[in-house]
Amino acid sequence: MIGLSHYLIISAALFSLGIMAVLTRKNAVNVLMGVELILNSANINLVAFSRFSSANLDGQLFAIFIIVIAAAEAAVGLAIVLSMYRLLKSVNLDKADTLKG
Amino acid sequence: MDATILNMIAFYFFAAMTVLSAAVVVFARNLIHSAFALLFTFFGVAALYAFLGADFLAATQMVIYVGGILVLLIFGVMLTHKLYDMKLKAETYQFWPGLTLVTAVFLVLVYVMMRTTWYSRGTRALNPTTAGIGELFMKEYILPFELASIFLLIALIGAAMIVRRKSE
Repeated sequence: MIGLSHYLIISAALFSLGIMAVLTRKNAVNVLMGVELILNSANINLVAFSRFSSANLDGQLFAIFIIVIAAAEAAVGLAIVLSMYRLLKSVNLDKADTLKG
Repeated sequence: MDATILNMIAFYFFAAMTVLSAAVVVFARNLIHSAFALLFTFFGVAALYAFLGADFLAATQMVIYVGGILVLLIFGVMLTHKLYDMKLKAETYQFWPGLTLVTAVFLVLVYVMMRTTWYSRGTRALNPTTAGIGELFMKEYILPFELASIFLLIALIGAAMIVRRKSE
């Protein structure tokens, strides 16, 4: 039977892959994709605990708030990436070293 | 065939789809491939929500992630690359240290999850959730609900301000 631990393992895998994208990708848009994976893994955890650990819907409401945060994050993140592209003609994160001493 | 077995086959199918397409997102050499693999990840996560009895959330996931955020990300890929000169190759750095660290994180997470006995107040029945979510939003969660809407408005105005060209 499918229980809580199945969902937790899927969520842990998604979280690890998201961290991997954030750590190793040079492209800023790809890093944003990794952040979306991390937020999705948190959402799976919240909904799974809402189903198996509590008898109410609070976890699903938290998941909806996280979706709101993810939408705002994608919009602002892409705005920053676009203005970075306009400034540097590149979205390579290594090129964004203007503040480096 | 027994309904439970069918259920399990469907669950493992969607779980594998989610994790494998997430791996494609992270490891693909081509950015467009990453963006389209993300479509399958979001779709798989929506299916997992449906398995968990979160019907409203599954629909929300489809509408907002697949219809909104993914299109936004593909716009980002398209706008920041010259499509025809093969500059879409994704470079990586610190690949092997990153992979080692991430594998360690994954193993620790799974170990901790397996060792913990989770507090449980019983499994929620598989009922429609939309009415309950709406009621909670309008009663207990009215303040966070309003704050989230204002936050979203501020974020979108800010995003529009950042990308706006300076008028000379």
